[in-house]
Amino acid sequence: MIQDTVRILRNDRETGLYYRLTVRAPRVAPLIQPGQFAHVRIAFLGEALLRRPFSIFQVADETFSVLYKAVGRGTEALARMRPGDDLSVIAPLGHGFTVPQPGGETPLLVAGGYGMAALYLLAQRSPQKGVVFVGGRRGADILCEEEFRALGWDVRVTTEDGSRGERGLVTQPLIDEVRRAAAGRKLFACGPTPMLEAVGGIASEFGVPAELSMDEHMCCGVGVCLACVIAIRKGDGWEYQRTCTEGPVFDARTIAWKARG
Amino acid sequence: MNLSVQIGRLTLRNPVTVASGTFGYGVEYARLLDLNRLGAVVVKGIRLDPVRGNPTPRTAEVASGMLNAIGLQGPGVEGFTARYWPFLAGLEVPTIINIWGTTVEEYAEVARRFDALGGVGALELNVSCPNIKEGGAQFGTDLRLLHQVVAACRKATSLPLITKLSPNVVSIAPYAKAAEEAGCDALSITNSFPAMAIDIETRRPRLANGTGGLSGPCIKPIAIKLVWDAARAVRIPIIGMGGIQSAADAIEFMMAGATAVAVGTANFYEPQTALQVMDGLSEFMHRHGIEDVREIVGSVKMEKRS
Ligand SMILES: Cc1cc2nc3c(=O)[nH]c(=O)nc-3n(C[C@H](O)[C@H](O)[C@H](O)COP(=O)(O)OP(=O)(O)OC[C@H]3O[C@@H](n4cnc5c(N)ncnc54)[C@H](O)[C@@H]3O)c2cc1C
Ligand SMILES: Cc1cc2nc3c(=O)[nH]c(=O)nc-3n(C[C@H](O)[C@H](O)[C@H](O)COP(=O)(O)O)c2cc1C
Ligand code: FES
Repeated sequence: MIQDTVRILRNDRETGLYYRLTVRAPRVAPLIQPGQFAHVRIAFLGEALLRRPFSIFQVADETFSVLYKAVGRGTEALARMRPGDDLSVIAPLGHGFTVPQPGGETPLLVAGGYGMAALYLLAQRSPQKGVVFVGGRRGADILCEEEFRALGWDVRVTTEDGSRGERGLVTQPLIDEVRRAAAGRKLFACGPTPMLEAVGGIASEFGVPAELSMDEHMCCGVGVCLACVIAIRKGDGWEYQRTCTEGPVFDARTIAWKARG
Repeated sequence: MNLSVQIGRLTLRNPVTVASGTFGYGVEYARLLDLNRLGAVVVKGIRLDPVRGNPTPRTAEVASGMLNAIGLQGPGVEGFTARYWPFLAGLEVPTIINIWGTTVEEYAEVARRFDALGGVGALELNVSCPNIKEGGAQFGTDLRLLHQVVAACRKATSLPLITKLSPNVVSIAPYAKAAEEAGCDALSITNSFPAMAIDIETRRPRLANGTGGLSGPCIKPIAIKLVWDAARAVRIPIIGMGGIQSAADAIEFMMAGATAVAVGTANFYEPQTALQVMDGLSEFMHRHGIEDVREIVGSVKMEKRS
């Protein structure tokens, strides 16, 4: 974990509301593990003070990039920033995905929307290539399909409106796949919470291990404020753990979906 | 140049501390800044037993501030002592432990336990919580209860005692006086303000708890007025807080009557804030030829403008 001021190298629209931001961050880049995130302070945000968390998408020698969707004040202000502008980041943060061992499980990745961003490094660093299931509402929500193909992965696309790939939810082809063969496979997922809960359900139904990257509102990003907690099973009960520190990636079996404080 | 100040018999090397609940247990920020440059580390509120806290969302960003309803999640006295105390005890700067309870007896018991620990810098009593024995009356907004809880803690420990007053009162002066009379050594002003925000699309409150506490730069002018009101009512020192994000903010609190300050919400967006406040304060003193930081305390000029 480092706090650094980094320079924007590019910040371009990808598709629809999605943007790709690349920064020069020579101190941060070598530390990044798959599934970790950067906590970004967006200058010019004025009265909106808090940092915004983004999964780290790609890493090269001295740079890293994020893939973000402009959904509100912060991400819209970010989209207006230009190469040469500076950002304050705290990164890399959080506990990421477990990279499969050589000869270990075959990874099946499940992504919804910007969830693709959290999974790219894992796909790149996994010794076994697997399948990535990517879903979205419409075609414009399907991100970096070609980049996953270029890594040699099998990419299966679903959209709810059928405008790209199969029509339906991303979990349908996933169920078909694990029904065909469950042994020796492991699920890794990032996306909207209902999708993650469904993936957790599939994992337990078919007895496949799964790691889920959870999305909770964050303030500090480093474990001090306790804003970002989710319920994690412990003994017969459960306890709150921090998405920014113990997570964002959790073993699906440990998540207590129904627990309420 | 002298930057040190006294909080009871506790000496702070400089007047810049951090606000409880915005700095975890210190260790989390140790990789981002040198904790030994702070006046003191102040930890998240602790009661006797572990506390699970509220459901999420626990925070919501609002204009120039935020709401929180964490629900005082914490590890309890034993969990804190086992997990966090060894690290804090090894720091060069004192640790101030923020404590709370749901009865007068619980406050006193927590104070006794931390007294027995040895090496604690001071205790800060968070009185913004309800007393379950008294049917939920707030310790911080009931003069009799406030006096009782401070007096009970005073008996339970010889550690410097700081009372963190609730801002949720018509006039803060009587509460400041009650805490002073009950034997505390300093006041912390202010805690967050009761507040609410609603998502108009879903018509639901933005916090799962419904309401929460407002903090950040938006509360600063109200907090300055509270410090100023209290400073005229008591002789004990005041630790001022509420929206501090720069040295100028901290100096404003000091001019209103605060002997020391605490950086809270700003830690979340700029973890270096407390150190920046320190540097800016020294620079201000240098620029104005101020030899002793205590010269700033209460130095606001209230005489009529000519
Ligand atoms: C671990 C993690 C990784 C993430 N990775 C990505 C990513 O790779 N790409 C991407 O586009 N988005 C990602 N997000 C979501 C992203 O943080 C939010 O979209 C962003 O904070 C919205 O900010 P805003 O100011 O545009 O929206 P506003 O609605 O104006 O934000 C108001 C407040 O709510 C918070 N907030 C709003 N939506 C979310 C959300 N979905 N999750 C968490 N906090 C939210 C903001 O941080 C801010 O504090 C991630 C979130 C988390 C927790
Ligand atoms: C997330 C959060 C948690 C807090 N937790 C505590 C706490 O445990 N005990 C306490 O006395 N005050 C707590 N506070 C109040 C702060 O210590 C401080 O008094 C208040 O936020 C005003 O300062 P600020 O505007 O600089 O944040 C908390 C504030 C925030 C934002
Ligand atoms: S965001 Fe503050 S503890 Fe996780």
